[in-house]
Amino acid sequence: MKYYDKLIFELSKPGRIGYSLPQTCSKCKGTDAIPAGLLRSNAPKLPEVSEVDVVRHYTNLSQMNFGVDTGFYPLGSCTMKYNPKINEEIAAMPAFNAIHPLQKDVPGVDAVYEGMDKALAAITGMKHFTFKPCAGAHGELTGLMIIREYHMSRGDTKRTRIIVPDSAHGTNPASAAVCGLDVVVVKSNANGLVDVEDLKPLLDDTIAGIMMTNPNTLGLFEKDIRQIADLVHAAGGLLYYDGANMNPLIGTVRPGDMGFDVMHLNLHKSFSTPHGGGGPGSGPVGVCEKLVPFLGVNVSGFNGNFGVILRAYAYILMLGRENVKLCGKLATLGANYIKESLKDCYKLPIPTVCKHEFVFDGLINDGAREGKEGAATLDVAKRLLDFGFHAPTIYFPLLFHQAIMIEPTETEPKETLDEFIEVMRKIAAEAAQDPDILHGAPHTTPISRPDETTAARNPILKYWDA
Amino acid sequence: MSKIVEGLKYSDTHEWVKVEGNIAIIGVTDFAQKEMGEITYVDCPDVDDEVEKGGEFGALESVKAASDLFSPVSGTVVEVNEAVVDDPKLVNDDAFENWIIKVQMSEASELDDLMDASAYKAFIKE
Repeated sequence: MKYYDKLIFELSKPGRIGYSLPQTCSKCKGTDAIPAGLLRSNAPKLPEVSEVDVVRHYTNLSQMNFGVDTGFYPLGSCTMKYNPKINEEIAAMPAFNAIHPLQKDVPGVDAVYEGMDKALAAITGMKHFTFKPCAGAHGELTGLMIIREYHMSRGDTKRTRIIVPDSAHGTNPASAAVCGLDVVVVKSNANGLVDVEDLKPLLDDTIAGIMMTNPNTLGLFEKDIRQIADLVHAAGGLLYYDGANMNPLIGTVRPGDMGFDVMHLNLHKSFSTPHGGGGPGSGPVGVCEKLVPFLGVNVSGFNGNFGVILRAYAYILMLGRENVKLCGKLATLGANYIKESLKDCYKLPIPTVCKHEFVFDGLINDGAREGKEGAATLDVAKRLLDFGFHAPTIYFPLLFHQAIMIEPTETEPKETLDEFIEVMRKIAAEAAQDPDILHGAPHTTPISRPDETTAARNPILKYWDA
Repeated sequence: MSKIVEGLKYSDTHEWVKVEGNIAIIGVTDFAQKEMGEITYVDCPDVDDEVEKGGEFGALESVKAASDLFSPVSGTVVEVNEAVVDDPKLVNDDAFENWIIKVQMSEASELDDLMDASAYKAFIKE
């Protein structure tokens, strides 16, 4: 592949034009209609390029990208499952994609929202959903606002604290802080689960609720969840379920049955819509019956990212009630298969059955010896790139110093899992033999290790001064 | 091996305290800076801010992680080390030389809850 790393500004030639726009017509006022205070005095220094320059630039860049359409992407906690193309076909239908956001009375759209509400309620055990939140963390904030509204409506104004396990995703305490709640941390026990004994003394009449994911960030099922739910409810608090780890449970276990009152789902994780830079997110929030009156909290002027909701609905209908159950089972099987196949090379801190993902704590033999540093988790991740795999999540969760978090998802065939296992074993053998092979990795990518420290300390945020 | 300085007090969240009269000079340990990797940002409170024992007073960011700073004592911030704010690398260069804040303590007996050098050494070995 041709190496390409230009910025579009570097292609700019003064006077080069892609499209010539017509002169302002005599009937309209053009920029004269804009108040002087809002008009900029200098023209923006946009790159001056032709159409073919732009097309080649972005096509070349896109070919240097790595996505789930190019290879295995075992990014723990992110559920990078394949995005079926039928979703795109349906979302691209003019009947859907030509609707104006302010258009009213579109029965087809209403039917999609209603169908989705029913499907998600059936999958999660919640009563109803709001589709306004545009991402997972947006959903968290919405859910917490609902919890706060609920307590306030009862005159229960003291409940300003929320419990978050030490293994939680960083967005949980962040969302709580944005919502004006104080975060109280509950510890994990030696098995990586919420310590019920540590939880008990935290529960009083200032607790608004607890935020949990189940399975938790270590990929372990919180077996005591019913007991936790009873304790929190008895203390007057509510349970929030972070849907980040919903994938292994779909069709098998429902957060509503575990005792959760509010939850969000990441449609871009569990329901196969594009993820990360690949597309906008969607974090619908579901609630139990008694919270339905609070579902209208205003977090967005529109009803979420409709195109994303439509894709997820297509996915659910395509699988159907029977087959949707297979997703979680196969995701769990795949994760356990990789875990068991590698645990003689990589440290497995908690050796129980995992759900859809698991965490290793670095290499068993990192090759450290007199005068030579061992290979760290970062080096393993970088070396994986040489073999054409996206690196797993590393140094998260923070509970383990050399954490590497692997989530294969159900969409990978066994051959891919076997290939990944073989490469991970090869990397472990290389580390034992000579860790410098890993220290220098990746060797085959267009650039090896970007200088992230300089980029963070001295960021250059614009190409030229405008 | 991480450096540990005798005569300082240590918290279980890896801050060190040097006591000068009623002033607590607070920084992070060499172990903490090593775990963080190359630090890119130091977030500090303002002078005259109140800090609470065990409460967060700022944060460190590195290319690897962001980590809150917890105050080992309660009191009032009397000085902030602008040098580390301007050049976070100083914390990596020498975590014990480059303190982060100075606090006028309101409850000096809180120091008794902290570890001494040998206890901290044992703590980070775990």
